[in-house]
Amino acid sequence: MRPLDGLLSGDRPGGLVLSLLLLAVLLGLAFAPFLFPGTRPLGVAARICIFIVLAASYDVMLGYTGIASFAHTMFFGMGAYGVAIALSKLWAGWDAVLLGTAAGVALAALVAILIGLLSLRVRAIFFSMITLAVASFALILATELRDLTGGEDGLTFSVPRLLTPEFRLAAEPVLGARLDGRLVTYYLIFVLSLALFLLMLRVVNSPFGRVLQAIRENEFRAEALGYRTVAYRTLAGALSAAMAALAGAMMALLLRYNGPAATLSFDLMVDILLMVVIGGMGTLYGPVLGAVVLVMAEYYLQPAMAAVSGGLKGWPVLPALFDPDRWLLWLGVLFVLIVYFFPAGIVGKLREGRR
Amino acid sequence: MNGALLRFRAGDWGAYAILPVMALATLPAMSFSTWLTLTVAGIAMGMMLFLMAAGLTLIFGLMQVFTFAHGAFITLGAYLAVSVVAVMAGWSAAESWWLNLAVLAAALLVALVASGAAGYVFERVIIRRVYGAHLRQILITVGGLIIAEQLVVALWGANPLPLPKPASLRGSIILGGAAIEKYRILAASLGLLAYAGLHLLLNRTRVGLLVRAGVENLEMVEALGYRIRRLFIGVFVIGTALAGIGGVMWAFYQELVTRSIGGDMTILIFIILIIGGLGSIGGCVTAAVLVGLVTNYVGFLAPKLALGSTIVLMMAILLWRPRGLFPVGAR
Repeated sequence: MRPLDGLLSGDRPGGLVLSLLLLAVLLGLAFAPFLFPGTRPLGVAARICIFIVLAASYDVMLGYTGIASFAHTMFFGMGAYGVAIALSKLWAGWDAVLLGTAAGVALAALVAILIGLLSLRVRAIFFSMITLAVASFALILATELRDLTGGEDGLTFSVPRLLTPEFRLAAEPVLGARLDGRLVTYYLIFVLSLALFLLMLRVVNSPFGRVLQAIRENEFRAEALGYRTVAYRTLAGALSAAMAALAGAMMALLLRYNGPAATLSFDLMVDILLMVVIGGMGTLYGPVLGAVVLVMAEYYLQPAMAAVSGGLKGWPVLPALFDPDRWLLWLGVLFVLIVYFFPAGIVGKLREGRR
Repeated sequence: MNGALLRFRAGDWGAYAILPVMALATLPAMSFSTWLTLTVAGIAMGMMLFLMAAGLTLIFGLMQVFTFAHGAFITLGAYLAVSVVAVMAGWSAAESWWLNLAVLAAALLVALVASGAAGYVFERVIIRRVYGAHLRQILITVGGLIIAEQLVVALWGANPLPLPKPASLRGSIILGGAAIEKYRILAASLGLLAYAGLHLLLNRTRVGLLVRAGVENLEMVEALGYRIRRLFIGVFVIGTALAGIGGVMWAFYQELVTRSIGGDMTILIFIILIIGGLGSIGGCVTAAVLVGLVTNYVGFLAPKLALGSTIVLMMAILLWRPRGLFPVGAR
């Protein structure tokens, strides 16, 4: 198991069930185009990859450092807008993709550092409120700067030819999957997401990550030991923001569109929070499971609820409660129950038996 | 701790002066009648914001409890107003001051009782278990907010609902060449009434004395044998009831109720708490009026910047005073 430990930075999932679940997720995502052929399942799988990176990067802030930020979608949006603006204003080439991504990531890291230096000195609650305000400001900017961002309508753009559905690797389908640009896009996202996830695993298990956890457990003591907590928190924030921006860049490439509702909305922030908390805070494997559960729920829970709602027809309020559009209600209830009874989420529950 | 919950700190001229300075600085940029209209509009908006924010600042001040679900009670108040007006549609449309005010009073009363009751349940079921754990408080109240918003949609539907003002509260009166909406005067008066009520409650009653003592030093008050948690339930219920009233007033002002009405206000309320200083009622009313004025002035001078102006204001004030205009105690 030596090489595997190296890859996972010595942070094994722990627990047989959890390991099997994670392995299933990994294999499922790795062979998604062949296991679940079709455009829609491929889109769902790509979304899962992106949200794993996004939720894991949020967990670096929330679970490892103990800071609740509500500006994570803002960083996600910065990466997405970086790519969107570069591809729609410049040209549809790889250099434009790289340039846009770099600009988005740099902007996200810079803003995260500014917010951190301005408000991490004060109480955690102040920070939460300020991030909420800044995020809404970013949403306003994205809607108002119509020339740059396309306003409410957002930007539709073309991507490099390799990633377009028209591009063909081979004329004949292999194992039921067409080898077109969609497949290339998916594997680009999959490989990048896996690499970013392993990188984050490396960071949280490094001495730097240990200091973050020390700050979470007892800030005063960490400070007394000689660690400059503000610097560590700010750096953690910048890293987390940069990761979120990269996830945003991938989202823009996947959708070939970006707008305020797609990457900046507060609903998305709620989704990320649900993913991290349901999966399990303070362990990067939690967001993996959380992202899978939530994205699947978004796509596949609604038909199930429609069936329940139809079955309850004739009762007073019940059909409205099980309306397919109310799926978030039940996830909200699940969220509250998890915060109460299993603060460590699914992963914590699965690891429990082992100790 | 030199905390003054309601009184302004003596000699703090910079913080005192900000309202008049802000109001007068904009006068040269517009005609007097426009300025008067905008100022009254700003004060009215500020007093409505104060109604919604006052409870939150007390809730935080007394128990260090932080809730992101405050907006849910605003939304509840707003939707209850829609229902009350639907029931009393005849009275609301009648050209009679008394019947119209009765509709408004009924909506306020229903919202007061329902939001207060919902607040009581929320405190008992959700908040009670997470005293002292800030991160869990933030998470759990966000969860509560999601559930509450979805329940509101399940009960009242997802589409925005119109809420016309009662007939005699529409239109405006002319004062010094400026048109001033009647409803704004009413809203400002109600906010002032609530401020006066809170002031008397906190400064002239035994319960108020305990609340103020609790804000300054919780352990000491508990050590003297007072059940501060029971007191806190009362503060929480009053706070959520006020949020409900604020929701009713804001809904009539907007004449349109959407499910995000509370969520949208939450951001403004946080800005007000940050500007005013957490836990300070005096700071809260000052900051609320400040935000109301800035929104209206900027909305007139540079409409595109209006939405972001309060956030810029907050940043500026934080750079000047990192703990807000009127910080309470050592917090």
